Amino acid sequence: MSKVIEGLFYAESHEFVKVEGDSAFIGITDYAQNQLGNVVYVDLPEVGDEIAAGEEFGAVESVKAASDLISPISGTIEAINETLEDKPESINKDAFASWIIQVKLSDKSELSNLMDAAAYTKFIEE
Amino acid sequence: MSYKYFPHTEDDMRDMLKVCGVKSLDDLYAEIPDDIQFKREYDLPSTMSEAEVRKFFKNLGEKNKSLTCFTGAGCYDHYTPAVINYILQRSEFLTSYTPYQAEISQGTLQYIFEFQSMMAELTGMEVSNASMYDGPTATAEAMMMSVAHARKRNKVLASSTLNPNILRVLETYAKFHGVELERIAEKDGVTDKADFETKVANGDVAGVIVASPNYYGALEDYTGWADSCHAKKTLFIMNCNASTLGAIKTPGEWDADVAVGDAQSLGIPMCFGGPYVGYMCTRKSLIRKMPGRVVGATADADGQRAFVLTLQAREQHIRREKATSNICSNQSLMALFVTIYLSVMGKKGLQEVNELSYSGAHYLADELCATGKFAMAHNQPFLNEFAVKTTVDISLLQKKFIEAGIFGGLKIAEDTLLFCVTEMRSKEEIDLLVNIVKQL
Repeated sequence: MSKVIEGLFYAESHEFVKVEGDSAFIGITDYAQNQLGNVVYVDLPEVGDEIAAGEEFGAVESVKAASDLISPISGTIEAINETLEDKPESINKDAFASWIIQVKLSDKSELSNLMDAAAYTKFIEE
Repeated sequence: MSYKYFPHTEDDMRDMLKVCGVKSLDDLYAEIPDDIQFKREYDLPSTMSEAEVRKFFKNLGEKNKSLTCFTGAGCYDHYTPAVINYILQRSEFLTSYTPYQAEISQGTLQYIFEFQSMMAELTGMEVSNASMYDGPTATAEAMMMSVAHARKRNKVLASSTLNPNILRVLETYAKFHGVELERIAEKDGVTDKADFETKVANGDVAGVIVASPNYYGALEDYTGWADSCHAKKTLFIMNCNASTLGAIKTPGEWDADVAVGDAQSLGIPMCFGGPYVGYMCTRKSLIRKMPGRVVGATADADGQRAFVLTLQAREQHIRREKATSNICSNQSLMALFVTIYLSVMGKKGLQEVNELSYSGAHYLADELCATGKFAMAHNQPFLNEFAVKTTVDISLLQKKFIEAGIFGGLKIAEDTLLFCVTEMRSKEEIDLLVNIVKQL
């Protein structure tokens, strides 16, 4: 049973969004890391890059697959989680603690297009 | 109809048709719409006996002239140690296809690993892939790699001093991959640095491709070029003739991001243009953008050294359309050729090849200029190849060369010839060439 955390927003492509003030932390869900298996590499974007909701911003590579990262929201990348460069496996250890990018939100209303914890739990059960 | 070398006898075919429940091959193909069936006779010559076939090809082969080669331009006449063919023709190597059940073929993986190690050392780079088809396509793959690395840029600069064949392949790839390919001008036989600096400073360039030695044989000075590229997050790509790297400054020393080129010069016979082998080396940090296969060394369950295909998640069969390239294979047999060549020659041997080539080429250049009929086209340092301008009738000169058994001087402009001298050319052969010029 994959972990789902209350209070976060979830995308159908299995990214989570954790909002703090005007910015958001984006990573992949516990369900996603479980499906991928051992993560060996995270292809990170650069700070300052503009991203749009639905746009690819990087990739997560596991021993058996490579999966694109899709941004659930629009904004400007404020920070990237550099610890993932050396320790990509932290995503397997704790996916929700291993955010990948921090984004300054340009349109908070986009969050209403995403799922809450209950809806995402139902989504991954189906 | 039954043929001597076809595996199926008429009885076999009858049995198979019977199982399928049809009477003849025509019945078997009845599903195929009539209007797309091929109904004409095949446009092939009539059958020949084995003896006739041998005679036919013998006659054809005798039309070839074996000339003393003074031409390079991307394909070089170097010595092939006899041991290479003996090892290469072993059926374990010669008949094996690229390993799909990779780890079952430890021997194949091991020689690819050795190839990678040698190419990385030769280019002074951190990592190498398992080889590419040839130099021009390897260069095009490097162009695509720079675009994949830059994400949002699609402009690539290519020096005008690259071999025109490479430039044409780059143009083809660029056209069909949405890459905007722009030339950097040349000046006195080398890339125009001012033009390069201006264009790269725009900050919209994914990669810059230059050559060393370049098409004219000139050894260009790339001091500071990598820095200018890196300041704008542009990849610096160098195309190098592999053999020359045994003597000249390596892409690693120039701080290049990607080193590519043809490795034909590492003892592979010219063979009318192929098969050759390309190489691609890069930095560790760019390994996931590098196309092609990579073999890694590891330990098996018993702790013994073993070889594996590694980093496959970046490849086309997993990443699909998002992969840098659709290349999932390598040029294995020719990579083995190069591996044996380098192991036989060693560092010292490769250095001697270059020293002999250098002496020969400089001797020829001096002698040609001393006739008064030739002058150096550019004032640049060179290794085994150089361009000269001449006042003589080039077609007449080439005719005289061929009559004397010399294939020399590629015409690259109305009044310019490109000469190459490798360790294969003796002083007598060079003197013969120069005497023809003198007598003209």
